Amino acid sequence: MPIAIGLEGSANKLGVGIILHPPHDTSDPPSPHDSAHSDDEAFPSRSKPHTSPPVQILANLRHTFVSPPGTGFLPKDTAAHHRRWVVRLVRQAMRQAKVRLEDIDCICYTKGPGMGAPLGSVAIAARLLSQLWDKPLVGVNHCVGHIEMGRAITGAENPVVLYVSGGNTQVIAYSAQRYRIFGEALDIAVGNCLDRFARFLNISNDPAPGYNIEQLAKTGSVLLELPYPVKGMDVSFSGILARVEEMAEKLEASNGSWLDPETNCPITKSDLCFTLQETVFAMLVEITERAMAHVGAAQVLIVGGVGCNERLQQMMGMMAQERGGSVYATDERFCIDNGIMIAHAGLLAHKMGFETRLEESTFTQRFRTDEVLVNWRD
Amino acid sequence: MTETTPVLKDRLPIPFNTSPEPFTLVAQGAESLLYKTTFLSPSQPAALKVRPVKKWRHPTLDKRLTRARILAEARVLVKLSGEGIATGSGGRKVKDPKKGDVGAGGMRGMVPAVLGLDWEQGWLVTDWIEGGTVKEAIYRASRSRAGTGVPGVGDDEARVEELTQLLRKMGEVVGKLHACGVVHGDLTTSNMMLRPHATQARSTSTSEGSLDGDLVLIDFGLATQSVSEEDRAVDLYVLERAFGSTHPREEDLFACVLEAYAQGEGSGMKGKAGKTVLRKLEDVRMRGRKKSMVG
Repeated sequence: MPIAIGLEGSANKLGVGIILHPPHDTSDPPSPHDSAHSDDEAFPSRSKPHTSPPVQILANLRHTFVSPPGTGFLPKDTAAHHRRWVVRLVRQAMRQAKVRLEDIDCICYTKGPGMGAPLGSVAIAARLLSQLWDKPLVGVNHCVGHIEMGRAITGAENPVVLYVSGGNTQVIAYSAQRYRIFGEALDIAVGNCLDRFARFLNISNDPAPGYNIEQLAKTGSVLLELPYPVKGMDVSFSGILARVEEMAEKLEASNGSWLDPETNCPITKSDLCFTLQETVFAMLVEITERAMAHVGAAQVLIVGGVGCNERLQQMMGMMAQERGGSVYATDERFCIDNGIMIAHAGLLAHKMGFETRLEESTFTQRFRTDEVLVNWRD
Repeated sequence: MTETTPVLKDRLPIPFNTSPEPFTLVAQGAESLLYKTTFLSPSQPAALKVRPVKKWRHPTLDKRLTRARILAEARVLVKLSGEGIATGSGGRKVKDPKKGDVGAGGMRGMVPAVLGLDWEQGWLVTDWIEGGTVKEAIYRASRSRAGTGVPGVGDDEARVEELTQLLRKMGEVVGKLHACGVVHGDLTTSNMMLRPHATQARSTSTSEGSLDGDLVLIDFGLATQSVSEEDRAVDLYVLERAFGSTHPREEDLFACVLEAYAQGEGSGMKGKAGKTVLRKLEDVRMRGRKKSMVG
């Protein structure tokens, strides 16, 4: 039975996961057609193709490097964090999975994209395990890992994918054995925009800045005016960040004297969080909807750390419903960077005969989603 | 594409919910519903674009965007059909269009003409463009290219040639658009129509697979008036990326679009202006690429 261990460490999370693909050779959801090339609008909800045997998660551990409020995670410190934890996490995962060494088929690691230093730590750990256990290595594209895990968990067959995290903002659709990027952020990622705003306001990074913004936004109600830069299916966030930071400064300086002209209530931190979320999420839902209309898809899958945000999921759900479709999202175990997704995507490739030789087991900060040949899908 | 399902009129905005014309839903885009109907006179075919309220968006934001987009779209279209971005096959300039004349049927532009709008209700009516989208045309060509098999090698070459012509036309039209001081904001092959030539339309409704016809740009919902090289380059980048993801098999031919853009046939982005934009495009591409940096 194919079993793989996956190591992930492209940002501030170190993840180790062990996955088992049940033996029938259909372990990944079949995709009956290629949406970008189908002209039929109606998305036939196809005679539920023998719901593929679900993948089995034997272990999925994560340890996060949390930096103090007002600061971000530096590559150097993050890499040190990963080095410190990787052995412990692998040990614990092996114990939890109760698999023997000889049952493991391959060792999967994140080849990129991500931060150089943390990627390096994890690549070295993977190489070491590969030589110690005499197992082949499989270098995995982080984004493809997110997409494949999302599909496996939710059962979405051929969705338009919104991948939103601290480093990536992409709208993706599958076509001709590639995950093609239809739209993306032209400057900073949406998660980066949220993280930096949190830093500006000294919002805690524990468990995640985005999570704390989400909680604050729940009590906000005033929608202030921010730029709304949508360019086709692309978006841009740096201008929004600059503007909302100005607002934060104004808020600080005003000392409660900045009033909402309509209600005469003072503007609060929560209102800023609310404004920021409502604006950037509206942009994301909009470009996703545009991509869905463009390829004629009705399903949408949200992956990546920002994908945990319930307001984003809610907005996306309403949009999908209006289009007669549905939204698929996963919880924090799979949305936030994790080792299991690397194991899963790596094992899919490995079953097709893919291997990364030791001398090629490098890592790279730049690795586009559409560079990967997705030969396990038709 | 055209379905004959009766449209529930009470879903339409005022005043269309009580008016007698027939409405056919032709497309449900991301932003809007497009109906084919007639406007003012039964002989005036028209496209009614309705921007329904997006419930997922904050109402204030929704109102602001709907208003801004309908107005921007109308202003741009009026400006373009007035300035004569291009008309007919030759790209002649329109000479001082008379007010009531716009879109009365005599003018054939490369953009639809505005007939009416209401931003509060969220609708815009333009004249109706015959023909299909460039996306469909390229798919058709792609299919017959693949289908020709061994004996039709020459046929295949002719196809590529025809496709190249079409792509060049795209480049020219976008060039003209930019030269008029407008960026489209959402250039895709779905937002370009291929209108059969007047004679062609009479005889047979576009011979199957033909890539011939006048190129008409539609859906100016995200258009802005700008002459900045950055904006123009981003406009091209959006097209390049949409093209690559929609027509992966034809991606290698996209260079024709840029070439024709910079050569600026007619009144496009000729000479230095065009070249500067293409240089800027390289910067924009690099920036887009950089996005793969951090996971």
